[in-house]
Amino acid sequence: MLAEHGEATLLAGGTDAMVEINDGHRRPAGPVLAVNRIPDLRSWRHDPASGTVTIGACVTYTELMDPSVAALIPALAEASRTVGSPQIRNAGTLGGNLGTCSPAGDGLPVLAALDATVTLASVRGTRSLPVLDFMVGVKRTAIEPGELITEVTLPVVDGWQGYAKVGVRNAMVIAIASACVVLDRAARTVRVALGSVGPTILRCPEAEADLSERIDWASMAVAAPDLARFATLVSAASRPITDHRSSAEYRRHAVGVLARRLAQRALTVDPAGATR
Amino acid sequence: MSIIERPADIARHGALGTSPPRPDGIEKVQGTFEFSSDISADGCLWGATLRSPHPHARIVAIDPAGAWQIDGVHAVITADDVPGQMNYGLISQDQPVFASDVVRYVGEPVAAVAADHPETCRRALAALAVEYEVLDPLLDAEAAIAGDHPPIHPDGNVIRHQRIIHGDPDVTGAVVVEGTYEIGMQDQAFLGLEAALAIPDPGAKGVELHIATQWLHEDRTQIAACLGLPEDAVRLVLGGVGGAFGAREDISLQVHTCLLALRLGRPVRMAYNRAESFIGHVHRHPATIWMRHHATSDGEIVKIESKTVLDGGAYASTSSAVLVNAITLAQGPYRCPNAVVDGWAVRTNHLPCGAMRGFGAVQACFAYESQMDKLAAACGIDPVDIRVLNAMRTGDTLITGQPVLNVAPVEECIRETAALPLPDEPVGGAPMPDGSADVMKLPGGAGRTADAGDIVRGIGWGVSIKNLMYSEAFDDYSTARCRFTDGVVTLKFATAEVGQGFVTLAPQIARTVLGVDDVRLDRIDTQIGSSGSTSASRQTWMSGGAVNAACLAVRSKIFDHVAEENGFDPAALTIDGTDIVDSVSGWRGDVAEACAGATFDETAEYHHAPTTELDENGQGSPHTAFAFVAHRAVVDVDPELGLVKVVQIATAQDVGRALNPLSVIGQIEGGIAQGLGLAVMEEIIQIDGVIRNGNFTDYLLPTFLDMPPVVATLIEQPDPYAPLGAKGVGEPPCISSTPAVVAAIRDALQQAGIDRPLDRVPVRPGDICL
Ligand SMILES: Cc1cc2nc3c(=O)[nH]c(=O)nc-3n(C[C@H](O)[C@H](O)[C@H](O)COP(=O)(O)OP(=O)(O)OC[C@H]3O[C@@H](n4cnc5c(N)ncnc54)[C@H](O)[C@@H]3O)c2cc1C
Repeated sequence: MLAEHGEATLLAGGTDAMVEINDGHRRPAGPVLAVNRIPDLRSWRHDPASGTVTIGACVTYTELMDPSVAALIPALAEASRTVGSPQIRNAGTLGGNLGTCSPAGDGLPVLAALDATVTLASVRGTRSLPVLDFMVGVKRTAIEPGELITEVTLPVVDGWQGYAKVGVRNAMVIAIASACVVLDRAARTVRVALGSVGPTILRCPEAEADLSERIDWASMAVAAPDLARFATLVSAASRPITDHRSSAEYRRHAVGVLARRLAQRALTVDPAGATR
Repeated sequence: MSIIERPADIARHGALGTSPPRPDGIEKVQGTFEFSSDISADGCLWGATLRSPHPHARIVAIDPAGAWQIDGVHAVITADDVPGQMNYGLISQDQPVFASDVVRYVGEPVAAVAADHPETCRRALAALAVEYEVLDPLLDAEAAIAGDHPPIHPDGNVIRHQRIIHGDPDVTGAVVVEGTYEIGMQDQAFLGLEAALAIPDPGAKGVELHIATQWLHEDRTQIAACLGLPEDAVRLVLGGVGGAFGAREDISLQVHTCLLALRLGRPVRMAYNRAESFIGHVHRHPATIWMRHHATSDGEIVKIESKTVLDGGAYASTSSAVLVNAITLAQGPYRCPNAVVDGWAVRTNHLPCGAMRGFGAVQACFAYESQMDKLAAACGIDPVDIRVLNAMRTGDTLITGQPVLNVAPVEECIRETAALPLPDEPVGGAPMPDGSADVMKLPGGAGRTADAGDIVRGIGWGVSIKNLMYSEAFDDYSTARCRFTDGVVTLKFATAEVGQGFVTLAPQIARTVLGVDDVRLDRIDTQIGSSGSTSASRQTWMSGGAVNAACLAVRSKIFDHVAEENGFDPAALTIDGTDIVDSVSGWRGDVAEACAGATFDETAEYHHAPTTELDENGQGSPHTAFAFVAHRAVVDVDPELGLVKVVQIATAQDVGRALNPLSVIGQIEGGIAQGLGLAVMEEIIQIDGVIRNGNFTDYLLPTFLDMPPVVATLIEQPDPYAPLGAKGVGEPPCISSTPAVVAAIRDALQQAGIDRPLDRVPVRPGDICL
């Protein structure tokens, strides 16, 4: 059907699409295809052999908060918990978050930090690409006409991971800055992805490399000054704008604090420790 | 004036002093209540409004041809189609039904269409071609005062300038503190959006309008003038109102709906969506207030000086009255012998501003309460003590020279609030089983931004004064009719029920006065005299006074009747529960049975005592009555991220008498939520005159996670001037809760060794941490 109607609008939970339609920002030119009852898109699976989890595009946030998912990808469960209200989490899907590709999408920093792979399908076949290549710009993706997001594949990582987001109210709020931090003990690397501080989700290679070096991986400890430096490097990696939601200055500050606090939750911090 | 005593008999359920359920409560909870947006009629068309995209522009031409080409379009109207007065307005008639020559704000109505479906309306609006010549907008209130900008309206750029000089203007104090405070533009954000249904009379000789409004009769006056019809040809019926908070005091879609219906001879309904609502009604005035307090070294206030500037936006609405509140209440609930106060309400090309809960008192309170904390610090006195030291009492004089004759239990409000328990839970709530804090109870909430160690807790105070009823020589009255037949009472009034609960209270009054249980309410419409506006915390006093007076008139007829039938002296009869009692013989009989077959029907008007205008020095007795309240806020603050979580609000409010305690608590909790919203999140943002957050994604209202438990004490000292002893309770809760929350944030920051002025609300995270 999608092949026949290249101009079709895909609808999953509708929590972005219907808002845009009701506000008159989008008028579906052709048919609207509801994809969220396609069984293959509604499930997720753990593949222990490859050490991955694969999540169907139409899996909802409520489902992603389930302890079974949380045990494997805790940061995704945390991010899902920060989304909207129970009603939105029951309807909204990870595929829809990718389809919209807002820099404030709460699922996206987790996918970016974990180097997830997005799988797209069309009558021409399927293709997979890294999520960082999938997200092209503000609300712009690599999806081509006639293509559908089918699933997302993420690695199960040994080590702490977490997500945090700043909004100007204590729930039901769009992120004005967010961060996901993943500590990969096997690879001895830190990975950081930031939301709402750039045209799309940003990784922080310099901050990641720096902190990876400075953590004592055996004891999972870090010196306080090294953590402070991490915050500074994360802030420096952000490219925020000022808009009606927040100032660029605040966003830059906040992502640094968030990344530092997340790392702090994973590590023992030695306040007087010498930097490594 | 009668104060209904509070003997044991009125403990009868449903009488005054009890909290019977709302008559519309079950329907509202079940979703079956008919709000005005639910009202329809056979053969009804839809109306929609075309609005200006520019803050300031000349209309060169309007070409409706495109709209007429769309199937299903029945009418396109512009200013040329207004048969009566071209302008309306609550105080001065300066706002056009449709802009004809110039548009003055983004969202100003330019034309309206009627069509068979809202979607057809949308397409018709898109097809209407309006050619504009963009003009330089006036967006700076100070520039309006300075006269730097050519007039954007024939009435000029200054809506009102008023000063107050009181006592010795030159006196100074040993301690002087000053500051400049800013208050952002708040939206009333009622949930039931603007909606109306107009049904034309045959031959377009008149119209019936079903409308969610705050004041049916004032709407009617303005609508009839614009329609060029006599007032009695325009009949208004109250549609179900889903909140108001001031935003329904002005005309929005009333005239447009009627014009379309009369033009077509068919019923027409209009309904705004959220985005249109944000630009379709007036807002709370953004304000800049400079204030300087002079005090003795002991902290006793000697003089205040201030300059208040309110940005009224494009049209006057109630700006001049809001200004009078903002300046005449600038001293707060404190004695102040000398004052030099200056105030301006100006016109700009921003969204028009008018009434919102607290009406000028909110803006003043954020300034004077911030000042009181500065004064306490400068004098080395505790914030509570400095407020008690200066607390106003009955008989004290305002800076206008007006004596405060009402009960003024300011000190009791403060002391009773201070006596309320502080929260017993630590930061982050009771520890979870694993010893960690509950993130939902930390600042940042669901965003998981903080750990308990990042948080500091602060405490802050706010105390306020609010004038009740209308001011400045306005003859404010209310009308009610009471019909008693076969033991059943039917009440009729035009009092707009906007959620405040007058539909619960009015039967309580009748039950108490007349000793009946069965009280019914007639339709709320214009088929009786005006009840005035449901605003200014006035309906319990005013319409309560009118219902009380009508019921008393019927009661005296009942007493005459029973006395005559039984040979009693009517003066010896009283009501006790549902009985009439003759105090001479001891006879008692059920009210309904004693009056079997008889009908009594009385209509009464209640007027409050007259007030006066202000003279050129701001002297006079402009206000009708006053109420007071104290708030103490406990707020957990994340100083590094600038996020906050209000943990508790404690309050003691001067209510006169709680006629329906549950309703009073509802007003207190709701008002505090609105005050908290202004303190930390609610603000309409306009950039270059364009609203940027006219939706609930970006205009943030407090959620359950933001709103703390409220612990409240009611200070019940019946007011001798109030017909039922009860003061209005709607506005005070939202007034000083705002400065209390901000003071608590300042206090937390001080404990963390951080000094931030936080002289602007809403406080943004960056104001705290950058
Ligand atoms: C009140 C409210 C609160 C919200 N709060 C948050 C929040 O806190 N955090 C957050 O991140 N988001 C939030 N959102 C936005 C939204 O809920 C999320 O982005 C959600 O993930 C969208 O999923 P959906 O299934 O509803 O997508 P839809 O609205 O159905 O679709 C979104 C877009 O993706 C496309 N699409 C959907 N599925 C596919 C597919 N399989 N393949 C290709 N394209 C597809 C659609 O065509 C559309 O363009 C909120 C929305 C609302 C209304």
